[in-house]
Amino acid sequence: MWSFSKISKLIDSWLSVNFSSTWTMVIEMVIAGIAVITLFALLGLVLVLMERRVAAWIQIRLGPNRVGPGGMLQSLADTLKLLVKEGMTPDGADKFLFNLAPFIAMIVAMLLMAPIAFASDFQLWDLNIGVLYVTAISSLMVISILMAGWASNNKYSLMGAMRSGAQIVSYELSAGLSIMSIVVLSGSLNLNEIIQSQADGWWLFKGHIPVVIAFIIFIIAVTAETNRAPFDLAEAESELTAGFHTEYSGMKFALFFLAEYINVFIVCAIGATLFLGGWMPFHIGHWQAFNHVMDFIPSSIWFFGKTFFLIFLIMWFRWTFPRLRIDQLLDLEWKYLLPISMFNILLITLMAILGWHF
Amino acid sequence: MVEEIGSTADGNIILNVGPQHPATHGVLHLVITINGETIQKVEPHLGYIHRSIEKMCESLTYRQFIYVTSRMDYLSSHINNHACALCVEKGLQIEVPLRAQVIRVLMDELTRIASHELWWGAMAMDLGAFTPFFHAFREREAINDIMEETCGARLTMNYMVPGGVMQDIHPNFQKRVKEFIALFKSKVSEYNELVTGNIIFQNRMKGVGNLSAADAISFGCTGPTARGSGVSCDIRKLYPYEIYDTINFEEILETEGDSFARYMVRVREMSQSISIIEQLIDNIPEGDFQAKTKAVLKLPKGEFYQRVETARGDFGVYIVSEGGTTPYRIKFRSPGFSNLSALDHMARGSKLGDLVAMMGTLDLVIPDIDR
Repeated sequence: MWSFSKISKLIDSWLSVNFSSTWTMVIEMVIAGIAVITLFALLGLVLVLMERRVAAWIQIRLGPNRVGPGGMLQSLADTLKLLVKEGMTPDGADKFLFNLAPFIAMIVAMLLMAPIAFASDFQLWDLNIGVLYVTAISSLMVISILMAGWASNNKYSLMGAMRSGAQIVSYELSAGLSIMSIVVLSGSLNLNEIIQSQADGWWLFKGHIPVVIAFIIFIIAVTAETNRAPFDLAEAESELTAGFHTEYSGMKFALFFLAEYINVFIVCAIGATLFLGGWMPFHIGHWQAFNHVMDFIPSSIWFFGKTFFLIFLIMWFRWTFPRLRIDQLLDLEWKYLLPISMFNILLITLMAILGWHF
Repeated sequence: MVEEIGSTADGNIILNVGPQHPATHGVLHLVITINGETIQKVEPHLGYIHRSIEKMCESLTYRQFIYVTSRMDYLSSHINNHACALCVEKGLQIEVPLRAQVIRVLMDELTRIASHELWWGAMAMDLGAFTPFFHAFREREAINDIMEETCGARLTMNYMVPGGVMQDIHPNFQKRVKEFIALFKSKVSEYNELVTGNIIFQNRMKGVGNLSAADAISFGCTGPTARGSGVSCDIRKLYPYEIYDTINFEEILETEGDSFARYMVRVREMSQSISIIEQLIDNIPEGDFQAKTKAVLKLPKGEFYQRVETARGDFGVYIVSEGGTTPYRIKFRSPGFSNLSALDHMARGSKLGDLVAMMGTLDLVIPDIDR
C-alpha cells in the first residue's frame, strides 16, 4: 500500500539535502498552503455541482448538463462569471467591514481544514487539542455574518445577521455537547487518537443508543450552524431576499458561497471522524479476516465516502423540508435538543466509566 | 444606525417588502412596520401593474373585451372569460347548447386544478421548500398540454365566446383528460407525504394568520380564504350557473380559520374538481359547441351582473350598456383585492416569516388585484 507519508518524507529529505533548515521549513509551509487552497477551491467546485445535481435529482429535472462533459465544468464557468463581475459596495455601507466580512468567512473555513485527517497519513497539523480547535474556530463564522449584515446598511441584511447570531450561538451548545460525548468515550481531544480508538469499530456502532442520539443531535445542530435549510433563516430568500449577503455581488458573494460549502464539508468531516471512524476502514471487533479485506480499500476513499454521505444527507434535508420560524428554531434548541444532549452526555459518561460500550 | 435605516418614533423599523421581492409573487408592495421580528402593521401599496383594463374594455366590442380579461387573473383565465361570456349571454338572452356548457365546466375545473397546483408549489416555496414547486408543475404541465391541444394556448386561452366555446374539443381531449386524472390520483398522496404531513410545515401553518368567520365576511373575503374560516360562499353552490346545479360535488369548508385551514380547503378542492371532471368527461353530449349569434352583438340598454367562482373566489362582471356595440362602463369585482385587505388584520402580532406564509394562503395574483 502506498502512503502519503512516503511522498512527504521524500520531499522533505530532498529539500533538506538541497536547502538550509529554515528554507526547508518555508518551502514546506508554502507547499502546504498551496495544497490547502487547491483542495479548498476543488471542494467548492465539486460541492456546488453536487448540490445542483442532488437538487435536480430530487426535483425531477436534469440540472447542469451543458458546460463540459455532463455539466462537470458548470461551476468553473460560474466562478469565471463571478470573477469578472463588479464587486459593488453600496453607498452608506461601512466600507472596511463590508469588504472584510467575506474574507473572514473564508479564513475561518480555511483554518478549519488544518486538523482534519484526510487519510491515514495525510493531515496538515496533528494538533493535540484538535476537537477543541475546531469547535473554537467554527464559532468565529458568526462574526463574519454579523459583520456583513451590520456593514451592509440594509434592513434585510441586518435581520438575517441577527437571526444567524442567535441561531449559531444556540446550536453551538448542542453540537459541542455531542462532540464532547465522543471525547468522553475515546478519552482524547486529538482527532488522530479518536480515529485510532475506532480501530475495532466505529463509535456509532460501539456506543449503543446514546451515541446514536448524540449523532442525530450533531447532524441537526451542524445543519443549523452552517445555516443550511431547514435552518437557513439567515438567508431565507422568501422572507429576507438573501439575508446577510443581500448587498454582496461578484467575488465577494462567491467567497461567502464558497465558505458555506466548505463549512458543510468540514462539519461533515468532523462528524465522520468522530462518529464514523474518519479514514478508519469498517472493522468488526477482532474478526481479522474481514478487517483485513476492508483494509485493502484506501483510507482516503473511506474518509471521503463517509464525508460525502453526510453531505448528501444534509443536502437531502435542504431539498425536502420547509424552513422553521425563528421562535420555533430557538424552541427546538433550548427546549428539546439541549436538555436531551445534557442528559445524554451524563449517560455516556456513566457508560464510559463503567465500560459498558463495546 | 437606526435613524439611517428608517424607523418610526417609537423605535419600530419600517421595511419595504416589494415591489420586487421573492415572496410577493409579482409586484405587490407591502410597507410593514416591525418591532424586531414582530409585525405591527402591514400596508399594501397597489398600482405597479395597473393597466386600466376596465377603461380599455369600454372601447372594445362585446366579443373583444373578453380577451382582455384573460390578463387579469392569468391563472384562472378560463373562468374570467367564462364570467364575461355569461354576462353577455345574460344580456342577449342567448341559450347556450348543452355541449358547450359541459365543455365550459370541464375547462373551468381543469383551470381550477392548474391554479391550485401552482399555488401549492408556491406556498411550499414561501415556506422554504423548493421541491414541491417542481412536483406541482409536473401535473400542471399535463393540464397545460390538454389546454394547448384544444384551445391553442397554454395560459391565456380565450376559449370562451358569447354563445359557447370558440371551437370544438380536440379528438384526443377525453383520452388526455382521463390520463391526467389517473396521473393526478397517483401523485396526490405524494403531496400529503411531502408537505401536508410534514411536522415543520404543520407547525408553521397551524394557529397563525387567524381570520374569524365574522372578519372574513366584513373584509369581503371569498373563495378558499373565506371557506377556511367556515363561511359558505361557493358561487357554484349558492348561485349555480351553467350545469353546476346538476353536478354532485361538495363545498369544502374548514372552520379553524388559520393558515392550515385555508391550505386544506385548496388541497381538498383539487380532489372535488377531479370528481366533477370524472362525472362529466364521459357524458359530453353531442350537439353544437356554439349557439347561433349575430355577427355584431348589441346589448340592450340596462345593467347586467354575473358572478362565478374562480380559483381565488367570487369574481363578478358588471356591465352597464347604453345599447351600443361597446359597453358604457365595465366593473370587475376581483377576489384577490378583498382577500388582500384582510392581510393586515391577520398579520398583526405575528412573526415576519409568518407574513410570507399568510400571503401564500391568500393565493394572491397581483394583476387580478390591480387590473
